[in-house]
Amino acid sequence: MSGQLNWFRGGIALALVFLVAVWLVKPIGVSTQFVIFDGIIWNLFSDDLVQVNPKTKTGYSSTNAYLNKSGGKYAKNIANPLNYSYIFVFGIILGSFLSAKTKGPKATKEDRQAPEVWRQRFGSSIYKRYIVSFIGGFLVLFGARLAGGCTSGHMMSGMMQTSLSGYLFTLGAFATAIPLAILMYGRK
Amino acid sequence: MDILLAIILGTLFGFVLHRIGAANPQNIINMLRLTDFHLMKTIIWGISLSSALLFLGLTLGIIDPSHLSVKSSYWGVIIGGAILGLGFAIAGYCPGTGLAGLGDGRKDARYFVIGGLFGAFVYMLVFAALKDTFLMKKIAGGKATLAATGNPSYISLIESVPGVIVALVISVIFFIFAWKLPNKTDNDS
Repeated sequence: MSGQLNWFRGGIALALVFLVAVWLVKPIGVSTQFVIFDGIIWNLFSDDLVQVNPKTKTGYSSTNAYLNKSGGKYAKNIANPLNYSYIFVFGIILGSFLSAKTKGPKATKEDRQAPEVWRQRFGSSIYKRYIVSFIGGFLVLFGARLAGGCTSGHMMSGMMQTSLSGYLFTLGAFATAIPLAILMYGRK
Repeated sequence: MDILLAIILGTLFGFVLHRIGAANPQNIINMLRLTDFHLMKTIIWGISLSSALLFLGLTLGIIDPSHLSVKSSYWGVIIGGAILGLGFAIAGYCPGTGLAGLGDGRKDARYFVIGGLFGAFVYMLVFAALKDTFLMKKIAGGKATLAATGNPSYISLIESVPGVIVALVISVIFFIFAWKLPNKTDNDS
């Protein structure tokens, strides 16, 4: 597709982003911020979800076991949303928008509802596509949280650092993703 | 300063994800059904190059090893990865590319991200029940890397060879794999 970088140039661009991030700050990760976003919303409706607690490592604790783990690390970020990792993910949306508005690959109106491969296989009913996208999102983020990271944190940043967890994650993800994609979309 | 860097680096990441075609679920699905390897070549080459430069930077003292963040290895990494793979295949998005899809104006990406927020929420609720099961059992001591990083928090699995050599060997293997993988297979229409 026009506007899309070839693998060699694209790989260099991707490598430089991951390298500069770890050089200046820390490795890129995305999926944790879905938890932080949920926590911020939940905290609006709760009086005691996140509390200041001088006894923990971060100074915060939570009544939710997940938000309370690692010395209240997630609880702290929920209490202070203006932090590096949280703002970073909003930058992703902005950056993609800027690429689309400049010389990046262009998606048609139909592409923006469902990719061509979906329309060929399942017709143009957009509602089915939206339901499947929702279920897909649910599985991806549930799985990513169980794994402790996603494609960015485990696969890219992880294998960049030669982390064992990055290789294990990648094996687990492709072991189900490839057979299911072939089963669902075929190979033609 | 941190916030400024977050905006700059996040924007750069989103921009690059979009330019390599990763915001388009068509490319992800075609990669996973093994008809178009363009994105796989890009990702593998990206890992290869960033890893080589990272370990050279660590060796030369340009990159501070305290910036590294090695995630723990435990059974949930493999099983969580496998659950993620199911959603990745049916939707054609992962968390980062779903957000890039939002920026690209894709409506299906909105449903993906909302589904993701629900999935993460349910995980928050069930974590207490999972945390003492085999899923959290560590593998190889937890935070382990193949190449020695120079950061004492992380175990290196190959200690007899300098980390930079191990990383460069892996990097070359990844590059050859990316280079030799065909762009498209004959099945692609």
